Amino acid sequence: MAKRPLSGEPYVGFLLPATLLVCGLFLIPIGQLVALSFGGLEAPTLRWYEQVAATDSIHRILLTTFRIVGLTTVIAVVLGYAVAYAMAHMGERQRLALLLCVLVPFWLSVLVRALAWLILLRNNGIVNEALLGSGLIAAPLPLVRNELGVVIGMVHYLVPYAVFPIFATMRGLDGRLMMAARSVGASPFRTFTDVYLPLTLPALFGAGLLVFVFGLGFFVTPAILGGGRVVMLSEYVSISVLQTLRWGLAAALSVVLLVATLALIAIVSRVTGVRRMLGAS
Amino acid sequence: MDLRGWARPMIFAVAWVIALFLLLPGLVTIPVAFNDSRFIALPQGAWSPRHFETLFTSAPWLSSIADSLGVALASTVLAVCLGTACAVGLWRVRPWLAGLVGAIMLAPMIFPPIVSALALYRAWVAIGLYDTWAGVVLAHTILAIPYVIIAVTTSLSMLDGRLEQAARSLGATPLRTMVDVILPNIRTGVATAAVFAFVVSWDEIVVTMFVSSRAVYTLPRRMWDGIRESVDPTVAAVAVVLMALTALGVLAAIVVTLRRPARNT
Repeated sequence: MAKRPLSGEPYVGFLLPATLLVCGLFLIPIGQLVALSFGGLEAPTLRWYEQVAATDSIHRILLTTFRIVGLTTVIAVVLGYAVAYAMAHMGERQRLALLLCVLVPFWLSVLVRALAWLILLRNNGIVNEALLGSGLIAAPLPLVRNELGVVIGMVHYLVPYAVFPIFATMRGLDGRLMMAARSVGASPFRTFTDVYLPLTLPALFGAGLLVFVFGLGFFVTPAILGGGRVVMLSEYVSISVLQTLRWGLAAALSVVLLVATLALIAIVSRVTGVRRMLGAS
Repeated sequence: MDLRGWARPMIFAVAWVIALFLLLPGLVTIPVAFNDSRFIALPQGAWSPRHFETLFTSAPWLSSIADSLGVALASTVLAVCLGTACAVGLWRVRPWLAGLVGAIMLAPMIFPPIVSALALYRAWVAIGLYDTWAGVVLAHTILAIPYVIIAVTTSLSMLDGRLEQAARSLGATPLRTMVDVILPNIRTGVATAAVFAFVVSWDEIVVTMFVSSRAVYTLPRRMWDGIRESVDPTVAAVAVVLMALTALGVLAAIVVTLRRPARNT
């Protein structure tokens, strides 16, 4: 298409209402939050970032957050890969049944899922009662209000997010590549490790990054299953504002969280492209 | 040695175990919801529907259901209108502009919820939207727009761009082209977008907690209170109702998707 001036873009008007709303009532407020983290425009200061850099308790929160999210991501992606592989290679009926089992929890409210895990994992929850009743343990196992509970809840939430992108890639693979490997004498195991896995590795990596980004911002699951003892970054930010009224610190931590998120998203879009994320082929 | 013989069934079995790990935990809310006790606990023999009665008769729970429904419907309408127009615009404008605006429009989906919550809280207080119905609707609209744009863009990517060119070359204005040519062809995408927008608003909790306090009290907020204080077993009844609705919705979606290609051929 020949170059036209902007006035020659008849559809620009279609973009305007949504763009104005998101810029005016979302990006500008975000900008104000960023400004606040630097002490506002009148008296710029780095003291909140210095506090983030110098406070041990904040370091522990950051470390806890990255440890939990990292562990969760690895588990979720491995489980997601297995489910996606099965889905891509089973018969139509079985695939649909499996899809149903992944989709229902995927769409289920995050609060319902956290509540379910709380009922299961509490000290007087179903898992502990069953284990106590069977005489396998003498005292309830600490399954919730600790990192274990948070990881279980987050893995449960994030597995479907890993399944779908990996499954899409697996379905798009050319089956003849694997047949070719087999025909030149590779064992099924060799075919998997040397052909199938490398072909699906970018999808695995992309899914892992998305799950990690998503997990980084988690609020509800850690707040409920951590029970105040495991505090992740998002909950700490909310505590800073609601309980201790430290807005500057909360803003600086928000910026840290935001920058980490955007950096990871930039890597993801390097791999897949923003247009692809928007769904256009 | 052929691994295929046993490796496949084993991976399928592993996948089923994982799928059950995803599906089954939600079901434990059912016995708790039917328990005849004032606490969140398993039934000790007596089953009763009292928590469902509370849910559908007590004023606070009913008003929260009404708040959630009203907010979700209003923000769905707004997000679908703005988002669909924007997606059609992105489809037709030159690539650099589409890339820029597209990236801006995805921001509310990508940014961590707590960051959006703090930013909107301060802004809503400053412009008098805090704890108002309009404020919650606008916040949810902003959060839902990216999902609408993604769903509609997916639908548009399957549409032949020459349809739009044909309509325009015959003298139709962009608006006329949109209404008479593009919209009828992306109905499914717009419907999907509406479902996404509704669910985003219906489930939203973090931003809602920060932009509202009393005047608007959505269902997730009341559930959050019930779970955190761990005293109100009505949340288990809500959980059962939501689970049933979710399962029905997913089943309906699968049936619709299975039927469509059959009808077209």
